[in-house]
Amino acid sequence: MSKLTLDDLRKLREEKTQEFSRRNNEQDKSSIIIGMGTCGIAAGAKETLNAFIEALDTNGLTNVKVKQTGCMGSCNVEPTVEVVIPGMPTVVYGNVDGTVAKKIVLKHIIGKELLDDHIQDKPAMDIIEN
Amino acid sequence: MTETMIKIKINETELEVPAGTSILDAAKQAGIKIPTLCYHEDLLPTASCGLCIVKIKGMNKKVRACATAAENGQEIITHDSELYNIRKIVLELILSNHPNECLTCQRNGNCELQTLAKEFGIREQVFKPQLKPKNIDKSTTSLILDRQKCISCGRCVQVCQNVQDVWALEFIGRGFNTNIAPAGDLELNESPCVKCGQCSAHCPVGAIVEKDEVDKVWEGLNDTTKHAVVQFAPAVRVAFGEGFKLESGEIVTNKIYSLLKKFGFKAVFDTNFSADLTIMEEGSEFVDKFLNNPASLPLITSCCPGWVDYLEKYYPCCIEHFSTAKSPQQMLSALAKTYYAEKNGIDPKDIFMVSVMPCTAKKYEISRDENMSASGIQDTDVVITTRELVRMTKSSGIIFDALPEGKADSILGEYTGAGTIFGVTGGVMEAAIRSAYYLITKEELSDINITPVRGLKGVKEAEIDIKGTKVRVAVAHGLSNVKKVMNKIKEAKAKGEETPWHFIEVMACVGGCVGGGGQPYGVTNTIRNKRTEGIYTDDKQSKARCSHHNPMVQKVYEEYLDHPNSHKAHDLLHTSYTHRPVYLK
Amino acid sequence: MAYNTFVLICGGTACESSKSDEMYKLLQKEIFDNNLKNDVQVVKTGCFGFCEQGPIIKILPDNTFYVKVTPDDIKEIVQEHLVKGRTVERLEYKPSEDKGRVKIEDIEFYQKQFRIVLRNCGVIDPENINEYIARDGYLALEKVIFQMTPDDIINELKISGLRGRGGAGFPTWMKWNLTKKENADQKYVVCNADEGDPGAYMDRSTLEGDPHSVLEAMAICGKAIGASRGFIYIRAEYPLAITRLEIAIKQAKELGLLGDNILGSDFSFDIEIRLGAGAFVCGEETALLRSIEGSRGMPTPRPPFPSVKGLWEKPTCINNVETWANVPVIINKGGAWFSKIGTENSKGTKVFALTGKINNSGLIEVPMGTTLREIIYDIGGGIINNKKFKAAQSGGPSGGVIPEQYLDTPIDYNNLTAIGSMMGSGGLIVMDEDDCIVDVVKFYLQFTVDESCGKCAPCRIGGKQLLSILDDISAGNATEQSIKNLKAISIAMNNASLCGLGQTASNPVMSTLKYFEDEYLEHINGKKCSAGKCKSLMTFTIVADKCIGCTACARKCPANAIIGTVKQVHVIDQSKCIKCGACVTACKFDAVIKG
Repeated sequence: MSKLTLDDLRKLREEKTQEFSRRNNEQDKSSIIIGMGTCGIAAGAKETLNAFIEALDTNGLTNVKVKQTGCMGSCNVEPTVEVVIPGMPTVVYGNVDGTVAKKIVLKHIIGKELLDDHIQDKPAMDIIEN
Repeated sequence: MTETMIKIKINETELEVPAGTSILDAAKQAGIKIPTLCYHEDLLPTASCGLCIVKIKGMNKKVRACATAAENGQEIITHDSELYNIRKIVLELILSNHPNECLTCQRNGNCELQTLAKEFGIREQVFKPQLKPKNIDKSTTSLILDRQKCISCGRCVQVCQNVQDVWALEFIGRGFNTNIAPAGDLELNESPCVKCGQCSAHCPVGAIVEKDEVDKVWEGLNDTTKHAVVQFAPAVRVAFGEGFKLESGEIVTNKIYSLLKKFGFKAVFDTNFSADLTIMEEGSEFVDKFLNNPASLPLITSCCPGWVDYLEKYYPCCIEHFSTAKSPQQMLSALAKTYYAEKNGIDPKDIFMVSVMPCTAKKYEISRDENMSASGIQDTDVVITTRELVRMTKSSGIIFDALPEGKADSILGEYTGAGTIFGVTGGVMEAAIRSAYYLITKEELSDINITPVRGLKGVKEAEIDIKGTKVRVAVAHGLSNVKKVMNKIKEAKAKGEETPWHFIEVMACVGGCVGGGGQPYGVTNTIRNKRTEGIYTDDKQSKARCSHHNPMVQKVYEEYLDHPNSHKAHDLLHTSYTHRPVYLK
Repeated sequence: MAYNTFVLICGGTACESSKSDEMYKLLQKEIFDNNLKNDVQVVKTGCFGFCEQGPIIKILPDNTFYVKVTPDDIKEIVQEHLVKGRTVERLEYKPSEDKGRVKIEDIEFYQKQFRIVLRNCGVIDPENINEYIARDGYLALEKVIFQMTPDDIINELKISGLRGRGGAGFPTWMKWNLTKKENADQKYVVCNADEGDPGAYMDRSTLEGDPHSVLEAMAICGKAIGASRGFIYIRAEYPLAITRLEIAIKQAKELGLLGDNILGSDFSFDIEIRLGAGAFVCGEETALLRSIEGSRGMPTPRPPFPSVKGLWEKPTCINNVETWANVPVIINKGGAWFSKIGTENSKGTKVFALTGKINNSGLIEVPMGTTLREIIYDIGGGIINNKKFKAAQSGGPSGGVIPEQYLDTPIDYNNLTAIGSMMGSGGLIVMDEDDCIVDVVKFYLQFTVDESCGKCAPCRIGGKQLLSILDDISAGNATEQSIKNLKAISIAMNNASLCGLGQTASNPVMSTLKYFEDEYLEHINGKKCSAGKCKSLMTFTIVADKCIGCTACARKCPANAIIGTVKQVHVIDQSKCIKCGACVTACKFDAVIKG
């Protein structure tokens, strides 16, 4: 990759910012974001990740991206997963093991219903977007 | 450059000191002694003991006086009841971590911790003893390292790493289990240790001490089948008096002769004699190379056993430049068990040769290889340090001050000023130049005082004009300075260039043997200078001041050795060197 | 069929005990009755942490947040909100303006947390620089290179009021300014990522979740002080953080955001990683610098401060991870924006690792001035099993306890110091009535004794002595003189230790003696540990009235200390008892008591 000039950086930022904020409402931007900090991984986030990939595969959901992020802070309910599906409120689920991951795919992504008992509140508003 | 002066106030006393002066030194100027335990003038402050904390007005935290430079306008308090109480508790903590073995400790009576405990009036063990396990390293023939007594002040580590650049000692482990040891928790004899003993000279307590061999000497003296003889080194005569409250540098040579006679030695020799002999051998070696094979230069002196060990470990590439001449100690012992024995009809096996040295490495030298048994048996039987001789004297009942002036025994006891200056840095070089000039030109130097090689500067260089030929010499003392010189030689050799010097003198200890690791405690540059002054006074007062003028040296050549570097001289007075690993494991 | 509205009702233990379950059923009934069952889904959630305000109902997607909802309110919520689309204002959460906390004027937020440092953690993919860039990443670097002078940068920090987050809270702008003022051919920027307090992992999470924020901040500092090289000293036990940092550095270099001539300017800055081997003392800045240089990590006296003589004797600006992570935001949003958050003397936020006897343990970021009560009860979901709060330890092994009477003290640097604790790096461990103070302090002392570098006598020996006295106290072998000795040693360590580790190692002792001396005395004079943690002080006895002689306890006793035959009352031989408690568990009749 070539080194950026100032203009390049600005262009890149604009492009990526649009991509980033669009992901909430565009059909092809459905995503599952898994907290993969040390705490998440220790609580089984890797198994969760595999379970999601498998369940999405089984159900032919090729347009849902599975992504990783750092720790969301809720160590007592790791692994945590944020589910971004157009037409549904974006929510964070806690204690997502393989079984819950499958339920999320079937109920939340396909059935467009929220799951009981696993929703966590986002800890704070976003200072970048607000 | 003029020094910037700053104004400060210490305990209500206003004073001016140069910028950069530590609070500790500034207080000294104000007539105030701040207690210290880890601080030593020779070393950078490690700031470990915590006793020297002082208050600075306007600052929350207390600072260490040893490690903090005073700043303009500061108001400093060095003593008040709060500081006294804190210091006392710190001291009590240190005492709780130090065995109560004062009565059987080698440092009993001159231990810095003991002195502080006395000054602070510590009367009870307030805190439960928390001792490290007994862990004593007796692996070398020179030094004893008792880790239970160690107070982790770090002086030995600093002197070993920064001053000597040997890196035998290191802090290992951590927290309460911190120990002083060679890296990897090896024993000293498996480590880079060169036995210079600077650690023992700087240790404030009895954690690192010379291996005490006074009893062995008494045993030899009391053995009626033995013919006990003794020699003592140049630097001993200007430091020994310190053990009897005399000024540093006071020359007590003749009293030592009497003392040793009183002990019962059959003959008292002087290492200064063999120093003159060393010059004849080493000087001739130099002259020969200089005239016939200049490409083989530089020649590097080899009378310091710490240095010999260092070179064999770190600079095997330079072994070819090392003078093969033995140290004066070994030359004298070899002659005592051959020439002296033959002359007096004594079986060399019956001779008990004791050597009094300012040095702990000398204890190692006597058995370093088979060359140290030139007479067929080990030439030197026991080496004791100046400190041990002081203790031996005190236990003997002899009142040193009251002793008459005595004389050494003839032949192996006579010396010139050139022999005596072996005890200081630059001395061997100066003595060698005095004689080499004569050996090359057959003329005497007009001024035999070679002042550029004198003094405490770490590396001294000089150019000597020998009838139009320039001889470039270097003198280094303190192994970290030596390393600088040696690296230049190594570099030049690697590049195939001429080395910067023709002749190099090396002494492992700062100041040379006057600052040796076996000398009386409390050495600082002030004391080194005083001892050095004593050595040069002895030189000045000598009838003859060049080794080739020593009639007894000439006599030994006539009667026994033939001429310098003769076959016989080689057998008895020269040695060889080998590459030794830095770590044995 | 698709729902258009979701009603989230908190199903945490605290809320459930205040009838959230009943309300859940009520909600479903009301929704059914109003024929909304195809439009509205009612969902039970995990604990929202806001327990003092519970039960809580949140309605999505319009994000309405109702607090202290009772079953009587359900009808109104459904009627007003779900049927008519009007919020029930009286139940809405309103942030309070009390306790001297400065609020951000133009932002309303119901959460107690406010994320500056953790702004990207759990939001972006840390291994993708584009996601960082998308969220204003490297915008601040761009700004400082092309629009700001070094003095502008430092001034912005000064206005922000940012103080070091590593422990002592030294003003960050002053550190930068001191380093900037030095004349030197080379200067260094160092990131202290040698996080070591027990229970603290703020820095690890920040680096794992948002490594670029630290890189960007270090480059900004380089520009401000005139340095071209930076080092991140991170403990080797953080492999994931190291990997992510390595990836981040590589990506930033590829894009030319690190390296020579950044963004085509004449400013160059490069960062290298150095791994620490896990010695706690290497978090102390002078020891850390020695370790980077390759020496044994032992502290050296200050002055000289690193800003004058740091890495390889060159001026060095060293800050910890959390401090760095604040910097890009301050540059982007302005020091004035930042300074509105927090209290008079402590600006911005603080990240805490909340652990111990707390329901929702985790990583939280709150504005300075938040009270401990808010942290424990509003964010942490209260004490496990509704036990009684005893104290919280802040500042790790260098800190002290915050007892119950200070639950409502706004947490900032000055207030914590005033009550004998300290901010430290942000570990916050909550203790309840079952925790023994002597036992807790022993834990911390054991830690500092293990981690003392051994260089200075007061810390090396003092710590060991304190621990030994505490051992005596918990073993019932102490006298009141022991307390005097604890105090004397603590004072000496505090004043005469060389570095921060030793100077603060006695803080847990001092602070607990201040607030819990009675508990110490109970151990010493009463030979009793009420919390039942000090085994030597415990006795197990069998209540004759309750014992039926079933022999269950005697069979379980590993020390054969229980005497008795079938159908006879059993007795414990105290001389043999090892106080393991197996008999208590074995007895089905509650006949064995611990006391």
